[in-house]
Amino acid sequence: MNINKKTALILSVLLTSAQAETVFVTLEKDNALALVDPAAGKLIKTTAVGQRPRGIALSPDHKILYIAVSDDNTIKLIDANTLKEIGRLPSGDDPETFALNPQGNRLYVSNEDDSMVTVLDTVKKKPVKQIKVGVEPEGIAVSPDNQWVVSASETTNMLHWIDAKTGAIVENTLVDPRPRAVSFTADSRQVWATSEMAGTLTILDSQTKQIVKTLKFAIPGVASDKIQPVGVVIDKNRNRAYVALGPANRVAVINGQTLTVENYLLVGQRVWNLAFSSDQKWLYTTNGLSNDISIIDLEKQQVTKSIAVGSYPWGIAAKP
Amino acid sequence: MSVVKYCLEIGKLQILAAIMLNSRAKKLMNPVKLAVRSMPLSSQMRFNSFFFRLSVYFVLAIQLVSWSFCYAANKQVIKIAYLTQAQPPPPFLSNLDQFIENKGYHGAVLAIKDNNTTGRFTGQTFALELITVPLEGDVIALFNKAVAKKYDYVVSLLAQDQLLKVADLPAAKGVLFFDAVTRDDSLRNEQCRANVLHMLPSRSMRADALAQYMMKKRWNHWFLVVGANAGDRLYAQAIQRAAKRFGSKIVAEKVWEHTFEARRNAQSDVSVFSQVDDYDVLVVADEQGVFGEYLDYRTWLPRPVIGTQGLIATAWHWTHEQWGAAQIQNRFKELAGRWMEEQDYGAYLAVRAIGEAASRTQSNRPEALKAYLFSERFALQGYKGAPLSFRAWDGQLRQPILLAGPRSSVSVAPIEGFLHPKTELDTLGYDQAESTCKRIENEHK
Repeated sequence: MNINKKTALILSVLLTSAQAETVFVTLEKDNALALVDPAAGKLIKTTAVGQRPRGIALSPDHKILYIAVSDDNTIKLIDANTLKEIGRLPSGDDPETFALNPQGNRLYVSNEDDSMVTVLDTVKKKPVKQIKVGVEPEGIAVSPDNQWVVSASETTNMLHWIDAKTGAIVENTLVDPRPRAVSFTADSRQVWATSEMAGTLTILDSQTKQIVKTLKFAIPGVASDKIQPVGVVIDKNRNRAYVALGPANRVAVINGQTLTVENYLLVGQRVWNLAFSSDQKWLYTTNGLSNDISIIDLEKQQVTKSIAVGSYPWGIAAKP
Repeated sequence: MSVVKYCLEIGKLQILAAIMLNSRAKKLMNPVKLAVRSMPLSSQMRFNSFFFRLSVYFVLAIQLVSWSFCYAANKQVIKIAYLTQAQPPPPFLSNLDQFIENKGYHGAVLAIKDNNTTGRFTGQTFALELITVPLEGDVIALFNKAVAKKYDYVVSLLAQDQLLKVADLPAAKGVLFFDAVTRDDSLRNEQCRANVLHMLPSRSMRADALAQYMMKKRWNHWFLVVGANAGDRLYAQAIQRAAKRFGSKIVAEKVWEHTFEARRNAQSDVSVFSQVDDYDVLVVADEQGVFGEYLDYRTWLPRPVIGTQGLIATAWHWTHEQWGAAQIQNRFKELAGRWMEEQDYGAYLAVRAIGEAASRTQSNRPEALKAYLFSERFALQGYKGAPLSFRAWDGQLRQPILLAGPRSSVSVAPIEGFLHPKTELDTLGYDQAESTCKRIENEHK
């Protein structure tokens, strides 16, 4: 009886831990990757990953982590279970942000210093094409229907619409100063782009490439130049979207249908990047200056926890 | 005549010429085909006479010229003059710092490159011409000859008096000057001009930035040491103003008048010189760097040095890498083969401001660009964590100021906690209520 109870307990612990989500966080100044158990609210461990890791993404099958290791001038492939390095991609100098296509066989990386987007074959680990874009390309996203790649150039202040099939720029849309991050809605019909220096969010129609709406953030008691939007994520039904507001230390909650701001949630300092949990019930934020991540309960629309992870948490990805 | 009309006329002319030529060839043929056909000097060719071939080439030449003209006309060109005067090398303490000729120019060149990358997508082309006034040259004559009526936008690296001379010329009416070098407060106050914008922070902005930092550190008692040059006295005035503004006390003030007659070396001299009542920090005003570097480690009391040496307040610094600054530092170094100096940053921002206004307004007209530059919508990326914009009352670019030691970034002003109802950036320098600039009134005169 006693033994049975014990086995049941151990089994249940094993099961829950096997099912529990893992959150990966790149630590820019620690040259490491942090593993967090969000359910337990605990940092599991940190592991060295290379010099100045920033952008991070998980392959569609959740088996491979892609990490831009900026000062090593490469994107590393890390086994998401063993955390062993299994390969490297020739990303060009100083990789920071990149995007995977839905199949996971193409990776688009922004080469900030060369005003270029490099397309990489993730299987052959070879560059396929280089596309000339504006000055200091940063934010990049591939539409879920794999039709478009949108690259945002920070100094040119433009979104470049790249045809994913041909790799050619089809159209350019001028947006507000210093566009940082871009994100597609799940139906691929809209692109949401944040402009760091203007404190705005621009929503564009993927078909017409025209601006649907520009939203300006304003928080009582916070100077407007402190509101610097960076990361943006949109839930799968476009009910709500979330924007990290940098040194304003808040995440804006936006109604995806009315395109209005519903709320501002206070998180850690200089919040930059965001990731949903796989069931989209939780949102994780990296707070660069307070060295922690915040966990937001999206049903209650409340920040429930902050977990110290290491120096300068930058990118974030959740593995079911 | 409009460009479109011209292109149409050229087109007609070409058709006419082609018909004339083709009448010899019996069969109507397009001029390109004709030219190709008549190129090989084969005996089989019917019309291989020398004059005929010459006339066909002539038509082809017209066609090529007009093509390129009409193609270029579709692009809007924004021409910018970079006006500077040759400078004698300043006095320097050691040969650690090499004299850099033409500081600023590479900044403008980098910005033109950036503007043209954007222009590729917007159909605009930006051109920069370097116009240098010789050491003893006549700036007015050169302006009238090389700039007036040719350029609407001037990036100026001229000293204050020279800048005023040209900005007040009748030929400068309608020209927008971007001052990328001066730091003078009078240029932003009683001497301000409606057609001049200032890219670098004034002395008072720098002094306020340092004062905020000293307040934060609770270094409230200052020992002010002033050099013998006019600029040093102005810098000292800005420091005195900042002390008053932020409630610090200047407990001692001395003028450094070291001459060869003193017959002492800096080691003994500074120790003696700095024996004053107790103070928290030595604030030095030595803009040319004649003696300021000698103060650190040599004072009677162990105190930090701040001001024009030691911890400095600057628009740009080689140690700065936050907010994407690492990228522009890299791009600049690749272009110029050296670190970016303040003047380079000023000139970069000037040309980028023009580019930003031109691409937003899709115009090259100075009135349109000026209106945009002063509008709420103008937000320039300056790699310092806050959007840069112009103060409507004095044409000063509002911007964060870097506080840096020789090899380290120390802080960025405005320092947290110094509040302002509009933007904290306006805690630095002359705010609207304090300004004596009659810029807007001047404009309507």
